[in-house]
Amino acid sequence: MGLHVASRAPDCQPIIEFRNVEKSYGSLKVLEQLSFSVKAGEHLALIGPSGSGKTTILRILMTLESVTAGDVIVNGVCLNHEQRGGKQVPSSEAHLRRMRGAFGMVFQHFNLFPHKTALQNVALAPVLTGSLSKAAAKERALQMLENVGLADKAHEYPSRLSGGQKQRVAIARALALQPKILLLDEITSALDPELVEEVLNVITNLRNETDMTMLLVTHEMGFAKDFSDRVLFFERGKIVEEGPPSEIFLSPHHERTKSFLRKIIAAGHRL
Amino acid sequence: MNTFESAIGYSWFILTGAVATVELTLLSCLLALILAMLAGIALTSDQIAVRAVTRIYVEIFRGTSVFVQLFAAYFVLPFVGVSLSPLQSGVLALGLNGGAYGAEVVRAALNAVGRDQREATIALNLTRWQALWWVILPQAVVFMLPSFGNLAIELMKGTAVASLITVSELTFQAQVVRGQTGDTAMPFLLILVIYLLIASALISFVRWLERRFGRGIVSANT
Ligand SMILES: Nc1ncnc2c1ncn2[C@@H]1O[C@H](COP(=O)(O)OP(=O)(O)O)[C@@H](O)[C@H]1O
Ligand SMILES: [Mg+2]
Repeated sequence: MGLHVASRAPDCQPIIEFRNVEKSYGSLKVLEQLSFSVKAGEHLALIGPSGSGKTTILRILMTLESVTAGDVIVNGVCLNHEQRGGKQVPSSEAHLRRMRGAFGMVFQHFNLFPHKTALQNVALAPVLTGSLSKAAAKERALQMLENVGLADKAHEYPSRLSGGQKQRVAIARALALQPKILLLDEITSALDPELVEEVLNVITNLRNETDMTMLLVTHEMGFAKDFSDRVLFFERGKIVEEGPPSEIFLSPHHERTKSFLRKIIAAGHRL
Repeated sequence: MNTFESAIGYSWFILTGAVATVELTLLSCLLALILAMLAGIALTSDQIAVRAVTRIYVEIFRGTSVFVQLFAAYFVLPFVGVSLSPLQSGVLALGLNGGAYGAEVVRAALNAVGRDQREATIALNLTRWQALWWVILPQAVVFMLPSFGNLAIELMKGTAVASLITVSELTFQAQVVRGQTGDTAMPFLLILVIYLLIASALISFVRWLERRFGRGIVSANT
């Protein structure tokens, strides 16, 4: 028993920790003194009005943006700094590449490679990182496509797929390197309404069948409620309210949260 | 009759010039392509020194006449111990010149590939070179090809200047025939046709490349 507990101990540490993070573009402050942490295996929903900094948080984790101040800790290692010669220096490209290995990201607009087939999109990174032989990588990529229900589209170019199919390919691609943490940025907001469900079903399966940590930015409040273990409500780069979905969606404390949810429901989103 | 036989002979003599023209065109296109790729990629580098050196190359070779570059390659390089044959001088001058123009095409095409594509390569943890080679360049090539086709035609037309340093290409051969027979129309009509044939072969090749690289990118709505 003791051994078992010891091997699980790291799970109790946060897998992600933001410490007083600030992000500015010129004079525009996008994140202000932001601190929060995410436990390994947790399913976190980030909600809030447009422009409140949700995408920026995911982009900082994916190392697509740097922070202006503060620290981001992933798996106990600082993302934005590294130790060199006993000193803290800004992360080198090599350090960033090591850190990126933990993450997979799915973008709002899919960002598929148009000159590659669905299968090639999914297999490219595993082949290039050389962790698998080319044949094994192809086979795994095909398995990934099958998991998202697209084995029959493996040899199609993205231009011949529907939005929902494209996004499912993008999910398979993000999973091909077996990330510990999956970042999902409004992955259904570019889709026609009738294509939303097929994508959300894939996410629900991932949620239930893997132990990945998942950060979901969404305006689909109904989905966020079923998906998440915890919800963060953002406004102007700050967390206004956080808690379990039952509380945030059904009995929010903060006036800002209430009015945001009212607006969202008025705009036709289900809860 | 005699004039008929000599006309055949002269035509054949001119045709042999096509070999040198094609050779000059292909070799200088190849050199220009390599230089354009390297310089174009260097122009998008985040190292300011790399960009500066490349910018100097591009501006020098775009800003001066290809005649001057050709004469420099043939008559000046020997003074610094580099003696090139007329053909080599032609390839060097035309290649460097074409490379400078091509570099701008490559730079613009690389920049035309969306930011979202670069971000996807970062999210997949590809190295910069992997991203460039497997994702950015294959898409950028589609933007480059039409301009490259035009540059190749320009280069082919430019091979005529190599006649000035005695490369026996089409124009040179036509001048020789004109000098010996006094006939201007026949030799120059003949090389005109041959230049057009070479140009249309080049264009067909570029069109084929456009189809080949356009797969998935250029919608197949024909
Ligand atoms: N590259 C950028 N340059 C300047 N401002 C930016 C940039 N990216 C985002 N912003 C600004 O940062 C703020 C937060 O953006 P974002 O994180 O995308 O919000 P959200 O995803 O919550 O809608 C917005 O005001 C946006 O205009
Ligand atoms: Mg956003």
